[in-house]
Amino acid sequence: MELKGSSNLSKLATGNDHGENSLYFEGWKAYDNDPFHPTRNPKGVIQMGLSENQLSVELIEDWIKKNPGASICTPEGILAFKDIANFQDYHGLPEFRNAVAKFMWKVRGGLAGFDPERIVMAGGATGASELLMFCLADPGDGFLVPSPCYPAFDRDLRWRTGVQLLYVNCKSSNNFQLTQQSLENAYENARKANIKVKGLIIANPSNPLGTTMDKATFKMLVKFINDKKIHLVCDEIYSATVFCGPKLVSVSEIIEEMECDRDLIHIVYSLSKDMGLPGFRVGIVYSYNDKVVSCARKMSSFGLISSQTQYFLASMLSDEEFVEKYLSESAIRLANQHDLFTRGLDEVGIKCLESNAGLYVWMDLRPLLKEATFEGEMDLWRVIISDVKLNVSPGSSFHCHEPGWFRVCFANMDIKTMRIALGRIRKFVVQENDQVRQVKKQKKTSEGHLTLNFSSQMYDETWVVSSPRLLSPRSPLPQSPLLRART
Amino acid sequence: MVAESERYLSVGLSKVALSETHGEDSPYFAGWKAYDENPYDELRDSAGVIQMGLAENQVSFDMVEKYLENNPANIGNETSTFRENALFQDYHGLKSFRKAMASFMEQIRGGRAKFDPDKIVITAGATAANELLTFILADPGDALLIPTPYYPGFDRDLRWRTGVNIIPIHSKSSNNFKITQESLESAYNEAMSKNMKVRGVLITNPSNPLGATITRPVLEGILEFVTSKNIHLVSDEIYSGSAFSSEEFVSISEILEARKYQESERVHIVYSLSKDLGLPGFRVGTIYSYNDHVVKTARRMSSFTLISSQTQQFLASMLSDRQFTENYIKTNRERLKKRQQMIVSVLENSGIQCLKGNAGLFCWMNMSPLLEECTKEQELDLWKLILHEVKLNISPGSSCHCSEPGWFRVCFANMSERTLEVALKRIHDFMSSRKKTWILFSSFKGRVSV
Repeated sequence: MELKGSSNLSKLATGNDHGENSLYFEGWKAYDNDPFHPTRNPKGVIQMGLSENQLSVELIEDWIKKNPGASICTPEGILAFKDIANFQDYHGLPEFRNAVAKFMWKVRGGLAGFDPERIVMAGGATGASELLMFCLADPGDGFLVPSPCYPAFDRDLRWRTGVQLLYVNCKSSNNFQLTQQSLENAYENARKANIKVKGLIIANPSNPLGTTMDKATFKMLVKFINDKKIHLVCDEIYSATVFCGPKLVSVSEIIEEMECDRDLIHIVYSLSKDMGLPGFRVGIVYSYNDKVVSCARKMSSFGLISSQTQYFLASMLSDEEFVEKYLSESAIRLANQHDLFTRGLDEVGIKCLESNAGLYVWMDLRPLLKEATFEGEMDLWRVIISDVKLNVSPGSSFHCHEPGWFRVCFANMDIKTMRIALGRIRKFVVQENDQVRQVKKQKKTSEGHLTLNFSSQMYDETWVVSSPRLLSPRSPLPQSPLLRART
Repeated sequence: MVAESERYLSVGLSKVALSETHGEDSPYFAGWKAYDENPYDELRDSAGVIQMGLAENQVSFDMVEKYLENNPANIGNETSTFRENALFQDYHGLKSFRKAMASFMEQIRGGRAKFDPDKIVITAGATAANELLTFILADPGDALLIPTPYYPGFDRDLRWRTGVNIIPIHSKSSNNFKITQESLESAYNEAMSKNMKVRGVLITNPSNPLGATITRPVLEGILEFVTSKNIHLVSDEIYSGSAFSSEEFVSISEILEARKYQESERVHIVYSLSKDLGLPGFRVGTIYSYNDHVVKTARRMSSFTLISSQTQQFLASMLSDRQFTENYIKTNRERLKKRQQMIVSVLENSGIQCLKGNAGLFCWMNMSPLLEECTKEQELDLWKLILHEVKLNISPGSSCHCSEPGWFRVCFANMSERTLEVALKRIHDFMSSRKKTWILFSSFKGRVSV
């Protein structure tokens, strides 16, 4: 009897819920096959699909040079090696929890305190969000998620937990803001489908929008979950990437200002984005619910943070002077990079959603779509990857309800590379406009002296330059009313 | 007392969250709590509880420290690779780390098995590795067969979030707790009678808590059994480097290699550096699978539980230093053997027999002669007595699901030699006073009956 390949494995193992067949990852593969390098491969694909913060790493490198004792492998730190290497208590090093609590407080402008006793470790935010699902929901239960949202939620929140994700679609018409109506609709749809809604998860600042939630909307949201008696999980992984006003309003601040059952409030945090340390797998679950803290802590056995890393971070994050300097410098660099990028895009007529946070922008390429459909979005995306040689992430992979939006990351590269990327975009947009002009020219020649009363929208030159393709939804060529008149 | 359903509604947590399968209410952990409240300290508190319930290896730490002294992290080097390392979150894990682990595992097996670095999946500790494999090999409601006595943590690691059941493969002291074909069949049938689909057998080799390696014939028998049933075999070899001699430890990997990997797709090995290298804090676990689909899926799932890249980098360096690893493996074995011999001889002199052991950080001792009735309750009474009066935390066999009451696991590698001497003296004194009491009692009984 032979056990071959994938037979004899669990349903989890043989299904596709690992999510890796999503397009989000296809772009990565294209990059992996032909990665850009300024000297070795200057024509390669530039990675703009990876949300990483590489702008302020040398600040950390400087700190390490000045603080060799933070590493237990150096002569200065070796005395701590034995105890640290032996420390596997799932409470975590007290100094680590204290330092993280203080850091979180600092990032939120000192507006809300964090109790180190409520800090639970997890294997990155990936591990933290899954852990919370295990604590809060049973298989088959539903969790509301405003979309567009982080693509890997599909895997992280659902794969092993069996939880269902119920998208609350947000619209560009109001800048993708969450509304009471959309929440109520989503909740009602779930009820009709007999799905028990256990909670709602948001990312604030939002991935992929790069916006922070305003106070009024947040209070509306907290009232909503409170009324429905469902949990609220706030993924604040990008909290320190806010680079301009409005400032971050954390859920920790909101619950100080309004009546709310705190047992429903939980925060996911990580140092992967704010500090640019994704390799260190520093995930944090912070819950205001004692039972959840207790259960989560036991569960954290499955994904504890290396004590070596806890020790290093305890040292670095309790250096208040360094933390202040890092946070302010990081915000400045992010603001500059964001500004440079968005202005460059604007110069060629590409608009982005106005944002104040995150390591990416939410780019509006609807005008460039041949058809205002997801197929059109996919076509455009493939062209951007293969011809423009940029890996950007199509909005559909974020469960965006409207085609034509793309997330583009800017914080994982230096300015030179960004200029190259902008150059390629500029070239592409100009080419596209030229193509449209050519098509129009050909049409004018063939139509001869006929004057036709087309809508000004079609023939407005400036409009065509900025959005050459938003014409008939079905045909790639402008549909002549004259043709229609004849058939 | 609030009813289960009411409790569930009012707090709104999941069934997993409210279940007791985390296992922390077992005596295994209660002893830890007693220790935490009153820990023995060589210098300060000579009356505190000595922790003998913690399977940790502290006998060879000086060698790791020596390595560090000779190979300190150069801050200049550290910073130049820092950026790349801090950004490295690829779930394949650092290639250099996987190569070093593969090599280390080969050395532990005396070169009798080869390991391919590309079949190594990284996880944050063996705890995560075992749970992850369970998610991949079994569906909720299915069963894994596990020989008793077994590591108490399995109840949580394999069952809690996965919903998978454990069916014990009972073993007896009469044949030194060997895993027999009958016991395997019996466990399989028990699962069937409960309508549970058996997905695999999970063994720990060397065994925790027995402190003994599984012999080649028994391993071959288990492999035959899983093949005949077309199920998986997970071999947790976390104590492989703690076998007292390389030759006495036979890994399933050797058996597979000898038969040119026939039936290897059903075999998966768990390893960790927490015991052999004494680095439990670093959370270094690995899954080694001969099944490509399992490797691929496990790798994806490891996203929830990767090893810190900082730790991977450090270990890649240390474990690829052959001079260090060869010396460490050899010396560690010798020291553990010496400790075990020390404790076994004192126990024997005190009238306590141990299972003949050849591996691990603990002995499996038989205190059933001290029980008036061979029951679980009496075993727990004895355990409490030893905890509160003799001030030793040892692990009762019932927490390891041993089917015969009276057996205890006692750890010897998590303390200094001096502390071990103090602990052994306490045991010796306890047994002597028990003997005196027994002699008095029986002589008194004798007088009364006359």
